[in-house]
Amino acid sequence: MLARFRRAGLWPMLRKEFIQLRRDRLTLAMVVVLPAVQLLLFGYAIRTEVRNLPTVVLDESQSSESRALIDVMRNTGNFRVIGSVASRAEVRRVIERGEASAAVIIPPDFAANLKRGRSATAQIVVDAADPMAASAAISGAALAGAARSSAILAQRTGGQPPLEVRVRPWYNPGMRSEAYIVPGVIGVLLSITSLVVMSLAVVRERERGTLEQLVVTPLGRTSLLLGKVLPFVAVGYVQMTVVLVLGKLVFDIPVRGSLLLLYLIAGAFITANLGIGLLISTAVKSQVQATQLGYFVMLPNILLSGFMFPRESMPEIAQWIGLVLPLTYFLTVLRGILLKSASLSAIWPETLALVTMATVLFSLSVLRFRKTVE
Amino acid sequence: MSTALDTVATEVAVQTRGLRKTFGPVVAVEGLDLEIRRGEVFGVLGPNGSGKTTTIRMLCGLLTPSAGDATVVGYDLRSQQSEIRRSIGYMSQRFGLYDDLTVRENVRFYAAVYGLRGAALDARIVELFEQLELTPRAEQLAGKLSGGWKQKLGLACATAHHPKMLFLDEPTAGVDPAARRRFWEIIYDLARDGTTVLVTTHYMDEAARCQRLAFLSRGHLIAQGTAAEIPAQFGERTIEDVFIELQRRDEGEAA
Ligand SMILES: Nc1ncnc2c1ncn2[C@@H]1O[C@H](COP(=O)(O)OP(=O)(O)OP(=O)(O)O)[C@@H](O)[C@H]1O
Ligand SMILES: [Mg+2]
Repeated sequence: MLARFRRAGLWPMLRKEFIQLRRDRLTLAMVVVLPAVQLLLFGYAIRTEVRNLPTVVLDESQSSESRALIDVMRNTGNFRVIGSVASRAEVRRVIERGEASAAVIIPPDFAANLKRGRSATAQIVVDAADPMAASAAISGAALAGAARSSAILAQRTGGQPPLEVRVRPWYNPGMRSEAYIVPGVIGVLLSITSLVVMSLAVVRERERGTLEQLVVTPLGRTSLLLGKVLPFVAVGYVQMTVVLVLGKLVFDIPVRGSLLLLYLIAGAFITANLGIGLLISTAVKSQVQATQLGYFVMLPNILLSGFMFPRESMPEIAQWIGLVLPLTYFLTVLRGILLKSASLSAIWPETLALVTMATVLFSLSVLRFRKTVE
Repeated sequence: MSTALDTVATEVAVQTRGLRKTFGPVVAVEGLDLEIRRGEVFGVLGPNGSGKTTTIRMLCGLLTPSAGDATVVGYDLRSQQSEIRRSIGYMSQRFGLYDDLTVRENVRFYAAVYGLRGAALDARIVELFEQLELTPRAEQLAGKLSGGWKQKLGLACATAHHPKMLFLDEPTAGVDPAARRRFWEIIYDLARDGTTVLVTTHYMDEAARCQRLAFLSRGHLIAQGTAAEIPAQFGERTIEDVFIELQRRDEGEAA
């Protein structure tokens, strides 16, 4: 088979593409620097949970009980106590100015009520203009309240709390959104850049008039398109390595499974996306059209693949569309290998889907590609 | 196969019968019957939009004819595309080589695509560089070359594989007179070595250098013959007179 490609001109084609790629600073920047920048942006910006809300305390009780409650709240990680205030008016002022997003108010009778066995109340004031922050404050407060209640109850009855629910967040014990988002970003960046760069590759030659000169040669269709695709598979690997290393260094994403397995499956994923790009490139008349079509394909990749929203909560039709996107499968693979140290036996259906897509998409482009200028 | 047919096959480089190409409502080439003999330099003339490029593109397999058929170097245009591709060279009207590759890299790429490897490839590159005097510009990016050098590079790439038939679409457009003369010397060298050359041009002095000519007007072949025969057919003195008369007639019809 290799001999056949050799005769059909695959090697000269590859050589030419690599030389051109090396001289194309813009594309190189786009495929290496851009993903790095985007990873940093995405990783920091997209946070599905809120931690460390700046919080002030108005402790009118000044008791060991009040201090114990504040400690528990601080331990939830949702609140970061930035100082104490002396009055309710001051609470209002700091929240209005945005210096704090939450305030804990413990009334003077707090400790006394507890001592008498009565129900004691504490109050949390939240700046709910940011709903995400508000819900974090509410859940943090509820958690702290429940924890403190059961501890006090246990003290009073001198026994164990009657009921305790322990939540064990597997694979991502800190419940940090980066651990979930960053592997996703790797997948999204890989798919977008491969798709866009590739969708320009053939049509660029068409626009520049070099395709006309190329297709009168005996160069085979498969060699021509394979020569276009393979250099970008290499580029895809470089890209993936850059974002993985950055993800590890900056966001401390775990790498628990086999990197070798990840890189092998990534080959199929990159090729599948290049296949989509190639299909676009052989179908359109201009680079502008290619870019437009590229964006059109990018959107479902971001919205329906499970990158930002869990697919389980999507309407059925959206889930169906998600099933034809390589990214959907690769996200499972990425999160599986990185976070859960999944082995091939756990992710073989996704692997099979990716290999199939890569093969079908590339073959389709070869079949579609005509060696004419019509 | 009869001997007569064999003789015809070796004598005739290109034969077209009723070749036609339409783009939607536009008829670019209509009922074209051409015959180009082996080893001759055949010129195709005609005003802008008369169908010269379309004809060449069909003969190179870049466009599928809407009707009619043709043989190119003895192979059938519709069924023997890959044989044709191996035996022809083509220089498109618009510069079609890679601006971001050097002269050497372009030539090497084309020679390699045509199957040359190793020592044979290196030897051929040296040969082409000498023949076309490209050596001083070998390491320059093709995009940075001036018109004349670009066309010489184009010719080097189109002839890297010693094609039997060469299609040159306005190869000397935008080339200075000295370089134009040199270019034609090279064309004659190629023809002397047995290459058939089809060349389109808008220059009358170049038309006069062709052994035979075809005149296209609005997609139709309206005259075919030597540079001496054609003006006589139209009752004009020179080819240029014929050309201007045709263009005037075209404009009259369009109005
Ligand atoms: N791809 C195409 N799509 C639509 N129309 C086309 C296409 N190619 C050529 N034509 C039309 O076909 C006609 C012949 O064009 P062609 O390029 O063959 O002329 P030409 O003789 O090469 O002209 P020039 O001297 O300007 O190069 C023109 O009317 C042109 O507009
Ligand atoms: Mg033309």
